Amino acid sequence: MLETARCIVHRDLLLALRRRSDVAIALLFFVIVASLFPLGIGAEPNLLRAIAPGVIWVAALLSSILSLHRVFEADHADGTLEQMLLGAAPLGVTVAAKTLAHWLVSGLPLVAIAPLIALQYDLDAALYGILALSLLLGTPVLSLIGAVAAALTLGLRGGGVLLALLVLPLYVPVLIMGAGAVEMAAAGLGGQGQLLLLAALLVVAMAFAPWAIAAALRISSE
Amino acid sequence: MKLFWYSSPQTFYPLAGTLAKWTGALAVVLMVVGLTIGFFVAPTDAQQGEAYRIIYIHVPAAWMSMFIYVVMAFWAGAGLAFNTRLSAMMARALAPTGALMTFIALWTGSLWGKPTWGTYWVWDARLTSELILLFLYLGFMALQASIDDPRRADRAGAVLALVGVVNIPIIYYSVQWWNTLHQGATIKRSSSIESTMLTGMLVMVLAFWMYSIAASLVRVRCIIREREAL
Repeated sequence: MLETARCIVHRDLLLALRRRSDVAIALLFFVIVASLFPLGIGAEPNLLRAIAPGVIWVAALLSSILSLHRVFEADHADGTLEQMLLGAAPLGVTVAAKTLAHWLVSGLPLVAIAPLIALQYDLDAALYGILALSLLLGTPVLSLIGAVAAALTLGLRGGGVLLALLVLPLYVPVLIMGAGAVEMAAAGLGGQGQLLLLAALLVVAMAFAPWAIAAALRISSE
Repeated sequence: MKLFWYSSPQTFYPLAGTLAKWTGALAVVLMVVGLTIGFFVAPTDAQQGEAYRIIYIHVPAAWMSMFIYVVMAFWAGAGLAFNTRLSAMMARALAPTGALMTFIALWTGSLWGKPTWGTYWVWDARLTSELILLFLYLGFMALQASIDDPRRADRAGAVLALVGVVNIPIIYYSVQWWNTLHQGATIKRSSSIESTMLTGMLVMVLAFWMYSIAASLVRVRCIIREREAL
């Protein structure tokens, strides 16, 4: 079972490596969205410092949506997904592995690049760690919830916009906890509470999302 | 009478018609009575003046908006688990009524907020979670609308409704915590309530119940008509 999961992760990472531009686009999108806010709001340093956690998190949410359709789309188009559905490996394990691979190529780079954005916003350097940690705990939740919606909207017309509509309300708790952790830490209150809640969300999502994704995939590919 | 006799769309169709007629009539009567009590009989609120009277519409709508989502998720789950046709149709029929209730609750809430809080919108925990609830309803309806095959639409919607219903408490509490981070409680209600006010409110709650039942039964009849050979 773990062998299957390892194979799928390896395969998906290899595919992502072969199409590097897809990964780069989502990352670039994240950077551009975050860079647009100062242009719209004005470059007042105190204001930017105050909105930095929220802006970075919202940009991460949008970037995550942008790459979500890739989780199953290519496999659906070339028939691999059907083989996975028919295969002996439990579907829950398969989709969990696919979601993990998706997070490795779309979520993890955000964690790495977020301090750079934080630098632009003149966020206190002491907060970089907690920002990265909140993203590290939060972005897998985004991938897991997003994969459910991606499976539901597989092969639909207007799937991309629909996906955003379905998934954004469900992202709200992650956004609140993630940005809240950094804001609390910035206020000198420590963001541990929010981080623990994020971790709790992650545990719950890891436990239940694979089932929902598997059910949604079965429905979509009947 | 067998317990599941009415779980078939064909047998449910005439029953739904009768029930819709009665609940619809009851809704009209109760609404007239409730609004009369609320607008003319109940005394003016000591703190909020006449503006408080909007609660006779606002509170029932807010209750129904949340309750209908749970009922919708229940029918969606039943449809998914037992593969029954009527359950999925009920879930689909309930969604627009739930979205309408959410919208009414938000709309009347902001109308009440203007004279009382001095602004149409505050990022209060309840308002925000109600807004997100509206988005959940709209997402459910949009997903069902964009899938052509009705069976797939039902089942995809069911998964989404179930994911949503698991998320609703999480969203509610996270919004509440977020809110306390930003600002304190905006308003404190007095705990005692005049008995005519309470009566008017309860009558209006019943009226909204009846309306919701009637509206979703009429809608489910349309769906049965579309899908089943009667």
